[in-house]
Amino acid sequence: MTARRTSWPGTELRADDLVLGRVTSTKFRPDARYAWSAGEAMSRFLEELQRGRLIARTCKGCDRILFPPRMFCELCFRPTDAWTYVLDTGTIETYSISYLDTNAKRISVPILVGVVSLDGASPTMGLMHYFGEMTPEDLRIGMRVKAVWRPPEERRGSVLDLAYFRPLREGEA
Amino acid sequence: MTSLDRSTDPRRFPHWEGHMEADYIYTTGIAGERFFATLRDEGRLLAVRCGACKLTYLPPRLFCERCFARLEDWTEAPPAGRVAAVTVAHLDRRGTPLPEPEVWAFVAFPGIHGGLVHRLLVPPAAARAGVRVRPRLRPKAQRTGAITDLEGFEPLPG
Amino acid sequence: MRKVAVIGAGMTLFRRRLQETPKELCYEAARMALDSAGLDLNDVDAVVSGSAPDAFDGVHMKGEYFLDGCGGVRKPYMRVFTGGGTGVFSTIAGWWHVASGLADVALVVNEEKMSSCQPHPQSVFAHIWDPILDRPLQPNLIWIFAMEMNRYMTVHKIKKEDIARVAVKNKRNAVAHPCAQLADPDITIEDVLRSEVMAWPVQRLDISPPSDGAAAVVLASEDVVRKRRIKDRAWISGVGWCIDSTMWTDRDLVFPEYVARAAKMAYKMAKIDRPRKQIDFAEPYDPFDYKELHHLEGLLLADKGQAPRLTREGVTARDGDLPVCPSGGLMGVGNPIAATLGIKVGELYWQLTGQAGKRQIPHEVRTGVTQAWGDLMQYGCVVVMRA
Repeated sequence: MTARRTSWPGTELRADDLVLGRVTSTKFRPDARYAWSAGEAMSRFLEELQRGRLIARTCKGCDRILFPPRMFCELCFRPTDAWTYVLDTGTIETYSISYLDTNAKRISVPILVGVVSLDGASPTMGLMHYFGEMTPEDLRIGMRVKAVWRPPEERRGSVLDLAYFRPLREGEA
Repeated sequence: MTSLDRSTDPRRFPHWEGHMEADYIYTTGIAGERFFATLRDEGRLLAVRCGACKLTYLPPRLFCERCFARLEDWTEAPPAGRVAAVTVAHLDRRGTPLPEPEVWAFVAFPGIHGGLVHRLLVPPAAARAGVRVRPRLRPKAQRTGAITDLEGFEPLPG
Repeated sequence: MRKVAVIGAGMTLFRRRLQETPKELCYEAARMALDSAGLDLNDVDAVVSGSAPDAFDGVHMKGEYFLDGCGGVRKPYMRVFTGGGTGVFSTIAGWWHVASGLADVALVVNEEKMSSCQPHPQSVFAHIWDPILDRPLQPNLIWIFAMEMNRYMTVHKIKKEDIARVAVKNKRNAVAHPCAQLADPDITIEDVLRSEVMAWPVQRLDISPPSDGAAAVVLASEDVVRKRRIKDRAWISGVGWCIDSTMWTDRDLVFPEYVARAAKMAYKMAKIDRPRKQIDFAEPYDPFDYKELHHLEGLLLADKGQAPRLTREGVTARDGDLPVCPSGGLMGVGNPIAATLGIKVGELYWQLTGQAGKRQIPHEVRTGVTQAWGDLMQYGCVVVMRA
């Protein structure tokens, strides 16, 4: 059938057909605002961030230390057991060098971002965050990094209370 | 706070605020283009007939929803209709009180499957179903090819 | 469970923006599919539609909005949505209707109108990120693909040339597809490697762009196929689907475990225990070039880290031993999310019934597998079809 058909449905438009009103259309902007509840686990997580600490939950069922913390283990399907802190050092699991900002606009100074698995949590338990004090060429999977915290008075109970992760220096834990 | 605490304000719980932002442009489509361009340029309301199902659709559409035939038999909508249902609105779409109440109606037309929702151009005290109405168009210079090219429906004189 | 066949398919052009409304897009695909099966709307017992976020078309509950274009008025109807997985998953949901005996004929219609979203559908993709953990970092969705691609490349020491080769293969394959948005007969690996870096290692020509489009397939029971003596039919031999947690930071992204589980489920049903030997061609989901490789491994058609070698050696070319994305894939034809049904299940149908025209694989194929992938790096679904 696809061999015999000569025309296929669909009327292509160019960007300016819409913008210049060559075809009729209507516009709308929804106005949806949200207050996303942090929930039990994330509320504590955010409070601890404000105190300069990273907190996790333990699950006795599978012996994992879950970070970021959660009130139930999705593998065992049971409530998690206890709070425990993890270190603010870790390993880069993967990364990207982004020349696009959140609005898909090009930026000339790239954002260095990736996933860090934190020491003290179960393997590969990661957190997405920025990298700093390094060049794109320095970045590699397996690099050991340490969190750089904002000054206490600037912390608001947010993942941004961490400014970024920087390379772990010789002699540091 | 946990599920054991109660409040009607989500902002009392630890939370993160944000919004979902996007702008939309909706094309009127193939059938819609013909309907709205005709409304804008000629001030006429078009409908389309399905001969097999003996239904005439307003607003007109590309296909019959019953028998799935492609519709090509365009015709003019009747000049007058009747208010099938009416309401008086006191709040806008965000829930903010309107400066003046607005009368809205669903208008049905003889021989037509469907109808149009629009302003009923009467004072709220006169809002009732059953009234015979006709469309009131905006002046041609103000028409853009949208449903707002109609100002609303007004009662037939007399 | 009853045997189910695909007996017809249809699709629209895939383009960056089409004038048709969502309903009209659905109608064009659904009408074509019914016509190709020699059926009419009153032959259809149930309708399933698939469409990705309402936020693309900008109509809340869009499945309920465009259902008349799907032929769903006054019929049993459901809309399914599994992110990018919808392109294949809606066929699985349609299969449930017929395999269970509830319907003899099910019409599956998928649609996407991403062009409504301004300035770019990217703005909506942003809302998939966790509001507390991710959104404060103001991420761009491409970051997550970049991170998966980087992990895959680093662990298996894969070079960008080997990934770019997939983009070249698919965009060239797409020249033979009448609906293709991005076909390019002349594209080279160098073109891909020179294209602008979006979020390293992802470059512009590694990605399929947003598209508008619709596609449909008709599913029928064995009885219907026999009674109506339908010759152009391809049997659904196996279905599988699986989802992983949205906590993607917990996982090593190097291998899509959830795709492998979905594949095993489908292969078990299809009595396939040596996929590389028993499967003749594949249409995995390729929204990025590296994803074709990643998914070939997830589909157990290549050992971990070995999919690039298959491309390099020409095994996955349209005339190779295991043609992959003979349609041109999302990279070549376009990516109207759910409407990719037409180049996944649709392509399997057209290839297995000898109707693929210039795309027809030059040697006989009897068993094909297709797969789609979605959500936040978490969902896989697989369908195996046989002539």
